[in-house]
Amino acid sequence: MSIYINKHSRVIYQGFTGQHSTFHAEEAIKTGTHIVGGVTPGKGGQTHLNLPVFETVSSAVRETGADVSGIFVPPQFAADAILEAIEAGIKIIVVIADGIPVQDMVRVKRYLIGHEAIIFGPNTAGVITPGECKVGIMPASIYSPGRIGVVSRSGTLNYEAVAQMTALGFGQSTSVGIGGDPINGANFVDVLSAFNEDPDTDAVVLIGEIGGQQEVDAAHWAKENMRKPVIGFIAGVSAPPGRRMGHAGAIISGESDTAVAKMNAMEALGVHVVRNPAEIGSTVRRALVG
Amino acid sequence: MNIHEHQTKELLRSYQIPVPEGRVADSDAGAGIIAEQIGGERWVVKAQIHAGGRGKGGGVKIASSIEEVRQHADHIIGSHLVTPQTGPEGRLVQRVLVEAAQDIKQEFYLGLIIDRSHQRITIIASASGGKDIEEVARTHPDRVIREAIDPAIGLPEFLCRKIAARIGLTGPLMPQAVRTMRALYRCFRDKKALMAEINPLAVLADGKLMAVDAKMSFDGNAVHNFPEITAYRDFDEEDPKEVEASGHGLNYIALDGNVGCIVNGAGLAMATMDAITFHKGRPANFLDVGGGASPEKIANAFRIVLKDPNVKVILLNIFAGINRCDWVATGVVQAMQEQAIAEPVIVRLSGTNFEAGQKILADSGLPFITAVDLDDAARKAVEALA
Repeated sequence: MSIYINKHSRVIYQGFTGQHSTFHAEEAIKTGTHIVGGVTPGKGGQTHLNLPVFETVSSAVRETGADVSGIFVPPQFAADAILEAIEAGIKIIVVIADGIPVQDMVRVKRYLIGHEAIIFGPNTAGVITPGECKVGIMPASIYSPGRIGVVSRSGTLNYEAVAQMTALGFGQSTSVGIGGDPINGANFVDVLSAFNEDPDTDAVVLIGEIGGQQEVDAAHWAKENMRKPVIGFIAGVSAPPGRRMGHAGAIISGESDTAVAKMNAMEALGVHVVRNPAEIGSTVRRALVG
Repeated sequence: MNIHEHQTKELLRSYQIPVPEGRVADSDAGAGIIAEQIGGERWVVKAQIHAGGRGKGGGVKIASSIEEVRQHADHIIGSHLVTPQTGPEGRLVQRVLVEAAQDIKQEFYLGLIIDRSHQRITIIASASGGKDIEEVARTHPDRVIREAIDPAIGLPEFLCRKIAARIGLTGPLMPQAVRTMRALYRCFRDKKALMAEINPLAVLADGKLMAVDAKMSFDGNAVHNFPEITAYRDFDEEDPKEVEASGHGLNYIALDGNVGCIVNGAGLAMATMDAITFHKGRPANFLDVGGGASPEKIANAFRIVLKDPNVKVILLNIFAGINRCDWVATGVVQAMQEQAIAEPVIVRLSGTNFEAGQKILADSGLPFITAVDLDDAARKAVEALA
């Protein structure tokens, strides 16, 4: 039916009582998400949106059985909030916070080794299983339950793709935002592999961007392992070449991280590559119906 | 955030990494005085701009007399230096760094970077320093050593010794190499940098190791914690429109086309530019209004886009999640009325409060061209140019 989150997920929000977090918690509750409480240090024992507020994630887990957390705290405190969620045994951590220092995430990724948690983000619009559970800031109205998996780096481009698919009658099993930051949690391969094992997902739409090698790595993995069609788009064909300083970045990435280079590589590996971003929906139809 | 060579060297000096003696000057007379104070017989005059490849563009000159220092400084200061990283228009040079010239026997490369594929800080080292290290990495990848650093243990001495041995920094050079690597890593960690590079890391005639050229760049999300780094920011090295845009919470990058773009989210902004390009148009800019765009923010976006005289059409593409179409529409109407915009404006709104946004646009009576989806918007923008 879905990957990562579903109607049984028990969700908490970290930074629960903030304005932003409150708005999106209310939206999520409206769409049926089972939010069981939240964490705001200093406000433990209060109630917010008729739900309990806890001082720490571990007390929230103990009292509510939470297994999913949405991180809505300000970026300078976000890495600590993620570490706290990992330590408390949260399984799915969705990091909405945007603007976390890159080196903070390097430490978080190190701590993650040996723990079970899966992180999405930072700088993600979130994860949604339409009709069951939403942890994020996306407009739920554009999603509809269905059998296409979606995974993207960008939030608004995810909305664009989903709206095109929904308009053509292709609903989504789960839509996953892995975030736009250079150091993030789950990558494209992780999410493709989860969709591959999901009996209720028929095909996957993968939306990437210029920079890095994740999408091409995912296409290599898919060629060897994926039993379902993958539809891919890379944003940034018309983006100016990065204004670089020094050589270290180019030594690592070479010339292979432009949008065109990545799309060509993905196509050669069997991905249904979309060249016009307005044709993501119609390409899904072509891949499935022919 | 990038900083200048002389600033990087000042920072490295504070971490006990040996750098040449030198200071910056903004005039030929000043350059001469600095050379006299340094003393010696040979000096280097180096243009201080953020772009690399300065030597190739004539921005690095050796002088054998004080008079020659002044001549080079006079020539370089005020010139537009063109290097492989500046683009054809070059970059105005306002200052030069005057340093004691070094007697270099051998040149190495040492760098630190955040490597996305390992999700770690990675140290890069090579015995082929000084020259085009990117070319070396392409043609002789075996000559460029990389080691991902485990944050749990940092950069221990044994790893520095291993790297030093592999690039031939052995014998009496090894302890110096270890000290330099560890100091550079400490600096990189302390200031949450994104890139640090010493090229060349030179072996001098007296057997000392010295950072003869160096560059660093910093994380825009972390620098506010380091006032000593933010003090290094040089607004002259940035596009004034981009600086103004960031002051309004907008992410703007000027391009050379004629379709002005106002979009929310970096990914959708790039895809909108791609759709315009697909329909044979040329985007004039990248502009991401971000989340929570108020009517004022939208009006500011119009103002900044229209500062570019090449803009003939504006395409606004908003897919609101965290944003609200009604606020965006209010901002568009406000901008159209207050700024007397004559260029055709194509508006595509979707997502949160979409109906309310459409109603505000319709009720305004202004001549918007509305588009139903991304393809429609891109096509109409290109058609409006004709």
